Amino acid sequence: MNNALPLVIAIPMITAVISLLGRHRPGMQKGVGLAGSLALLSTSIAILAGVLLEGILSVQIGNWPAPYGITLVADVLSSLLTLVAAVVVLLVSIASWTEIDPDRVAFGYHPLLHILTMGICGSFLTGDVFNLYVWFEVMLISSFVLLGFGGERAQLEGTTKYVTLNLLSSTLFLAGIGVLYGTFGTLNMADLALQLRGPTHAHLAETLATLFLLAFGIKAAVFPLFFWLPASYHTPPVPVSAVFAGLLTKVGIYALVRFFTLIFSGDAAVMHRIILVLAAFTMVVGILGALPQRDFRRIVSFNLISHIGTLLVGLGIFTPLALAGTVFYLMHDIVTKTCLFLFTSIVQRLGGCADIGKLGGLYRSHPFMALLFLLAALSVGGIPPLSGFWGKLILVQAGIAEKEYWLVAAVFGAGFLTLYSMSTLWSEVFWKDRPEAIGDPECECVGRTFLPLSLVTPIGILVFLIVVMGIWPSPFFHLAELAARQLSDPQMYIQKILQGKP
Amino acid sequence: MIGRAFGLSCEGCHMFSIVLATATRFLLPLLLLLSVYLLVRGHNEPGGGFVGGLVAASAFSLYMIAFDVEKTRRLLRAEPRALVGAGLLVALGSAGVSPVLGKPFMTGVWLERTLPVVGKVGTPFLFDVGVYLVVVGVCLMILLTVAEE
Amino acid sequence: MTVEVELALTVGGLYAAGLYMVLRRSIVKLVIGLALLGHAANLLIFTMGGLVRGQPPLMHPWDTRLWGRFADPVPEALILTAIVIGFGVQAFAIVLIKRIYLDMGTEDLRELQSTDITP
Repeated sequence: MNNALPLVIAIPMITAVISLLGRHRPGMQKGVGLAGSLALLSTSIAILAGVLLEGILSVQIGNWPAPYGITLVADVLSSLLTLVAAVVVLLVSIASWTEIDPDRVAFGYHPLLHILTMGICGSFLTGDVFNLYVWFEVMLISSFVLLGFGGERAQLEGTTKYVTLNLLSSTLFLAGIGVLYGTFGTLNMADLALQLRGPTHAHLAETLATLFLLAFGIKAAVFPLFFWLPASYHTPPVPVSAVFAGLLTKVGIYALVRFFTLIFSGDAAVMHRIILVLAAFTMVVGILGALPQRDFRRIVSFNLISHIGTLLVGLGIFTPLALAGTVFYLMHDIVTKTCLFLFTSIVQRLGGCADIGKLGGLYRSHPFMALLFLLAALSVGGIPPLSGFWGKLILVQAGIAEKEYWLVAAVFGAGFLTLYSMSTLWSEVFWKDRPEAIGDPECECVGRTFLPLSLVTPIGILVFLIVVMGIWPSPFFHLAELAARQLSDPQMYIQKILQGKP
Repeated sequence: MIGRAFGLSCEGCHMFSIVLATATRFLLPLLLLLSVYLLVRGHNEPGGGFVGGLVAASAFSLYMIAFDVEKTRRLLRAEPRALVGAGLLVALGSAGVSPVLGKPFMTGVWLERTLPVVGKVGTPFLFDVGVYLVVVGVCLMILLTVAEE
Repeated sequence: MTVEVELALTVGGLYAAGLYMVLRRSIVKLVIGLALLGHAANLLIFTMGGLVRGQPPLMHPWDTRLWGRFADPVPEALILTAIVIGFGVQAFAIVLIKRIYLDMGTEDLRELQSTDITP
């Protein structure tokens, strides 16, 4: 079973290489992409099953023993996220069949998407800090190209901001790695966790924790560091922004969760306090930013930022229940945000543009799509019995248990504003009558009613997942609880990797 | 673009330096030989696929400066992207040998017998060959793309 | 001992210069600034890894382990990887600058605000 772990990295790589070699045959690229994503999905299901049956899985790359070689580890959180990522990549690669224009396909869209997948899966599975940096960069470079290629003006501007802030974050990450290695002489996460248990370097640990909080905070779009996200996520083709919104920021969250449960968990109570404050600000400021926006994808972008804050709430409270809430909300958030971003494609096809003031009346012409969107939007708003409700419920419970009432108030406030923002979106785009005098050449193709099946099916599956997570939450919550139990007791993780050495 | 930066070409015309062109004809095979030498000695001595690949890529870029992009593409025959793909496959293939033999991913597997010239052959050497191809491919991909416009 | 101090000062200088360049309005200077920040981080790793003079971590074929004091090869491997990644990123950034300049005829960041403005 352990040998299946490298497959999660090897499969996207092989897929990327084959579609790179056959890049003049779009039909073959689609087939290879589909086959590769399905293989990745089945491997990640097998890994999750293996983790549930046998406990934490790990493999030492090149057979070099633990603190020296690179470790790949899968605990419940990693394998769960890999599985969700595989689902998202499969659905997005199907949606790209019709939503990516032939020029971008010829430039190498499919290989880039799978390299991005490789980076994401690698980040979830690695047990080595420098290796995490390398996967981050693999992810970043492919995302730079995905964001910028096609070369429309808005895309180039968005890419400039995205590249600048993400490179800044990589530099901080790299500096953190340097100090970490210089101080502790190791970069293996389990070994670091062990070394930081001792009280010897308390102040340095806080400095390092701040450095990593900054670096991952930029990637995850946490409160004062999120301005690159709404400036860039609405510019690329829809499937690209869907996979970015679904997975890229979540990798930042994953890194924060991993670092602040495993490595900086001992005497870093201050850090968890800071994370709580940042979470509250991210939630509230993010959703306030969404209110004045008129562009469909920008509204969803600001909602995305707000829910990054919600994800951090569990990490800040730092009880097993709260961490379980974060893990549950993470699954919900990846699915719903991908779904909402894919909806932009539908709206653009049916309405001709993404400006909500100029749209309207889609409920009358396409009631089924309107219903699907309503379900996704209500789930984001936290209406029972959809998936978002349960995630927020667990987090609020954990907050009340720890007597963090101001935080609970922030969750509720952001929740109401999210609901307001989502219902505005629904009523503006689907419910109200289409404004008469448009006179805008950009909104011309109004009469188009054709929706390709390869776009509707992924959205349908995502909404189905949202509903299933909503009305049947207990297996998902059970998984989240298992993940949280492993996160709050890192002893198992450390022993598994260091094989009981010290 | 690169050529212009070095003052070797201008809009619409290409300045041809006979000294550079003649020197390049001799230097190119020598540099390629050196790159292979660096690749082969790489396991135990300074060198390796990365350095070798850079030397090879610089040999081709020298050719590009002395002649032009079209000629370099013809000399290279393979497309740089294909080189990258092939290199990744070779590297991945070398890493995939050990799981077949029941050892963890990427464990070095060596042949018992040594070959003449090359010395001991094993999967780390194959991996280095993959790195070599990827480095040549990526460098030339970047250089040719930038130079073509 | 003094080499460490000099290197530390260099790292600080590189960070300062990099930050200054990042805050300029020209995209070219922005990219140069990012490159400088990357070099600063690499040099920081190198300095933090501990400096050993003239003792490369190379073994003779007849030895089974390294003897005596030798330089730690790990920071160098980390830096090499980071340099290669930085090379790729900078190549991309340069192509991006070129595209922006060709498309918009400017390299002033203040004129690239159309995606920021709230309508």
